[in-house]
Amino acid sequence: MHTTSLKLFQGIGRYGVLLALVALILFGWLRYENFLGAFNVLSVLRYNSMFALVALGMCFVIITGGIDLSVGSTAAFGSVVAALLSPYGVIPGLLGGLAAGLAVGACNAFIITRLNILPFIATLATMLAANGCALLLADNQSVSVSYETGFIELGQGDFLGFPIPAWIALVAYLLASIVLNFTSFGRTVLAIGGNEDAARLMGLPAQRVKALVYLASGGLAGLAGVILAAQFGAGQPIEGVGWELFAIAAVVVGGTLLTGGVGSVGSTLAGVLLLGLIFNILNFENGLGWISLSAYWQSVIRGAFLLLVVAIQARLSMRTEETA
Amino acid sequence: MAPLLSMHGIDKRFAGIPALRSAELVVEKGEVHALIGQNGAGKSTMIKILTGYYRKGAGEVLFDDRPVAFSSPQEAQRAGISTIYQEINLVPYRSVTENICLGREKRRFGLLDWSAMHTEARALLARFNIDIDVRRPLMVYPTAIQQMVAIARAIGFEAKLVIMDEPTSSLDEREVEVLFEVIRQLKASGVSVIFVSHKLDELYAVCDRVTIMRDGRTVQVAPMADLSRLDLVTSMLGRELSQVLHEGHDTGEDDTREPVLQVRNLAMGRKVRDVSFEVRPGEIVGLAGLLGAGRTESVRAVFGADRPDSGTIAFDGRENAISAPSDAIRAGMGFCSEDRKLEGIIPDMSVRENLTLALMPQLARRGIVNEARSREIVDSFIKRLGIRCSGPEQRIRELSGGNQQKVLLARWLCMNPKLLILDEPTRGIDVGAKAEILGLIRELAGQGLGVLMISSELEEVVEAASRIFVLRDGRTAAELEGDAVNEQSVMTAMAHGHDGARETADV
Amino acid sequence: MSDTATTLPPTQGASRFDLRTILTRHGAWIALALLILVNLAITPNFATWQTLNVNLTQVCAIVIVAVGMTLVIATGGIDLSVGALMAIAGALAPLIFLGKLFPLPHPAVGIALAFVVPVLVAAALGWFNGWLITRLRIQPIIATLVLFIAGRGIAQVFTNGNLQVFNLPSFQFIGLGRVFGIPFQAILMIVVVVAAAWMLRHTVFGRQILAIGGNEKAARLSGIPVASVKQRVYLISGFLSGIAGLIVIARNSAADANLVGLGMELDAIAAVAVGGTLLTGGRATVIGTLVGALIIQLVRYTLLANGVPDAAALVAKAAIIVLAVWLQRQSHR
Repeated sequence: MHTTSLKLFQGIGRYGVLLALVALILFGWLRYENFLGAFNVLSVLRYNSMFALVALGMCFVIITGGIDLSVGSTAAFGSVVAALLSPYGVIPGLLGGLAAGLAVGACNAFIITRLNILPFIATLATMLAANGCALLLADNQSVSVSYETGFIELGQGDFLGFPIPAWIALVAYLLASIVLNFTSFGRTVLAIGGNEDAARLMGLPAQRVKALVYLASGGLAGLAGVILAAQFGAGQPIEGVGWELFAIAAVVVGGTLLTGGVGSVGSTLAGVLLLGLIFNILNFENGLGWISLSAYWQSVIRGAFLLLVVAIQARLSMRTEETA
Repeated sequence: MAPLLSMHGIDKRFAGIPALRSAELVVEKGEVHALIGQNGAGKSTMIKILTGYYRKGAGEVLFDDRPVAFSSPQEAQRAGISTIYQEINLVPYRSVTENICLGREKRRFGLLDWSAMHTEARALLARFNIDIDVRRPLMVYPTAIQQMVAIARAIGFEAKLVIMDEPTSSLDEREVEVLFEVIRQLKASGVSVIFVSHKLDELYAVCDRVTIMRDGRTVQVAPMADLSRLDLVTSMLGRELSQVLHEGHDTGEDDTREPVLQVRNLAMGRKVRDVSFEVRPGEIVGLAGLLGAGRTESVRAVFGADRPDSGTIAFDGRENAISAPSDAIRAGMGFCSEDRKLEGIIPDMSVRENLTLALMPQLARRGIVNEARSREIVDSFIKRLGIRCSGPEQRIRELSGGNQQKVLLARWLCMNPKLLILDEPTRGIDVGAKAEILGLIRELAGQGLGVLMISSELEEVVEAASRIFVLRDGRTAAELEGDAVNEQSVMTAMAHGHDGARETADV
Repeated sequence: MSDTATTLPPTQGASRFDLRTILTRHGAWIALALLILVNLAITPNFATWQTLNVNLTQVCAIVIVAVGMTLVIATGGIDLSVGALMAIAGALAPLIFLGKLFPLPHPAVGIALAFVVPVLVAAALGWFNGWLITRLRIQPIIATLVLFIAGRGIAQVFTNGNLQVFNLPSFQFIGLGRVFGIPFQAILMIVVVVAAAWMLRHTVFGRQILAIGGNEKAARLSGIPVASVKQRVYLISGFLSGIAGLIVIARNSAADANLVGLGMELDAIAAVAVGGTLLTGGRATVIGTLVGALIIQLVRYTLLANGVPDAAALVAKAAIIVLAVWLQRQSHR
């Protein structure tokens, strides 16, 4: 492949999403009052931290060339377990949600690496199973969390003036970034996505790393579920529908190749914020009173945005191929 | 001194079919050991059992005086066995350094130490006289460099045994020399090498001893110097090699015929700059050149698989009328790709469906396939080409490489083409099937078919072709005809271009 | 798969009658038969006309969509947008026959248009998916993700998220009508299944679909018009989704853009997988897809009829999918 265009391609893949994010923020700042006010910024961060966690797991999974469709219902399952355990305190609630997520992740890991079933279909199945488990545990309705133990602080509280869920997401992203760039585990994740057969023949523990990636994705989804329960004061067995596809969209918008082998943690975060801000801006726009777009436009705009990004990516990669 | 590796009585079955029957392989310390045999003889299976890719059915493996049964390539690597596979098995998106160092990363404070790893990668590559930016993704470098990276990786593991499975298939002669130098270095430092290759010259150049396999058994083990080439081939095939090669070039009389294909000043991207050649009906034309000379790229453009930047391609009297493979096929061309598995067969489909893939639209009326007619055609081709299969409905993936290739040839022959383009038609095919296929190609040309053939095996092109165009760095460097069609002049043209070829032709 | 085919010795087409071969080759049929037997034994009133009707009507829309999905998967692709396209078709039809989009000269015209326009729109959107995939070379999963996300939103915007209730027997015939006592939608389903199965087996188009899924590069080099075949396949998938959308709203006497076709892509993929179609493309069975959908439906029915909560049926469904695909892998070794 031609070098300069390759660099250009990677450059746009890496920085394009950041540029778009900056442009969107500038647009909002110039157009709306209070757009960059503390209240709006913090609530956007608070709300999107759940998606950020889910997208982070998805990012790792996609880098290995896989996909995890179960994250949405895993989050819902996690929120139910966390809500049920919240009367016993913050820690049991947190750990319970996490454990629920890890359990689903472990199922995924087993089915994909031991039974050798395509990730797409394996996680499709666990998505149904997690959904079923959540509904069973919650008895088909939402489960209130306990307001006495301080569990809701996990979703609604602040630490040093910054929302706790945003702290959790921030720490997760920092750790993930270090893991991906500076550990052999991280490099193996990238190698598997680039060429799994080669990675295995190179003697890299491909199966184990893949298993860990799905486990991590499940755990992060469980954590997102904990925040979900804490933020809305209830475990939501039917929440999380479509989260997986939102997460995939965020990862792709962030420039991670769906074929695997290329990807970055930072641009995934940018992708999440970008998609989140679209909703935020829609609200502000409606608030101005010039137009009145219903909330339904949100998904239309997100879809259009995804289309734009993948079309640009496709154009760029086609050009790189041609000059090869 | 005990041998470094001894494998005894190894059995292995796939779905009940024996692939290895009590096979043996003994490698001494510090020797270069050749492992040869036809396709399906069991070499690869043997290696994959040793490296833990497969589990053996029965038998004993002793490595470094200890019985071993590796359960993964990783374990084998840790024990000191490094493998370089035939297809380059590296990760194209990742940097050269990562491709060399993954699996034994250097760490500082628990995190990866990139600068130390870059230094090591550079040092390893320096042994091959390669000086490249090791931070860039592997895919930006040419195939030969990638192959060297694979070897550097294997050596970097401080292996006691390095297995090379056809390591030279993508290297040019100069690079092969460098590789041999490295193999000699390894040997001098006490490392053993298992060298798998189909190229006899290479075996004699570097190997000390040879193990010959046939039908899953070890049939002969001997010092390389004690065996002649004929012995080697005889032992491999299990029969006397007769009339395989050596047939005259029939040229001259057809020179006045209008070419069926005429390519002028073809240019495409960076690989094809100025390529011209032509093929007359009934003629086998060879397209020779080193790897990366632009042979495959040129013929793909002719077939409409890739779009050229400039130049003219006249086929059957019409200029530049082809913009997709379907156009080429309609006009009367057939093309067998160099990669049978990736671009030729449809593994899950039957012999019949693979054979009639291109013909299908013509076999149909109003879009409905005429099965009876298709079966008739397939039966006739199975007979005519001697395709060995259990029947037209057998899945093609179950056939041997040579028989798969015959099916692919038949895919085009049943269309009655005017021109057949064959890119490496005998790659990965055992010697017997090779001779059959070359014989078939000659027969077809005798019936008036124009054949354009690419082959990296020089003697093959020289034997088969009546005219050879030599490409060099994306340009036609020489056109050789008549007496000039010999290995010496082709090689000279590959190395020096047209003037060199003329010199030798004059001599 | 990790092992390279070249290193394997040529295996003969061994057809040994061991349990595994039988299970992997005819697993779906055996499972269906077992399910029916079990139900005959334990479920009260199983062998009744009504049970058959209930199960058939539950499964029709899924099967029709899954047939399109089978073709898409046979080419090595996937179509996540089917549910969203159902929602769009389902939202459009009432808007048309209720005259909300444009004034109708005659009610019959409205009903005719309500059949034709939504299905054509869904087909056009399917074609758009194909266009993204073949012209812009976007991976199917991403290309169809676009309409998965945006499509339902479009349907909701059309209807402003409102439920559209109606009572129009001539339109609802597609979901509620009967011919000789057989639900019309079941007849439609059988016609679609038979036509697709025949097409896949006996037409050039069908064989080309499988050739592309089996080895796209080889197919292209053999002169198969890969892009146009794929586009037609996605168009068919969109078209069938449109029909399924109409069936669902006709059955419910109401169109709810939030719910029509929700989760359908997963149901359809599950039916295809359980039916024995290779998810990587190249091998497909439309009849198998029908059987797969019936199995999933029957398991759910069995559990519900025997007092197991619906949520547990989801877990069972997950297990069936994994088991089916695992068995398929065993046979493909």
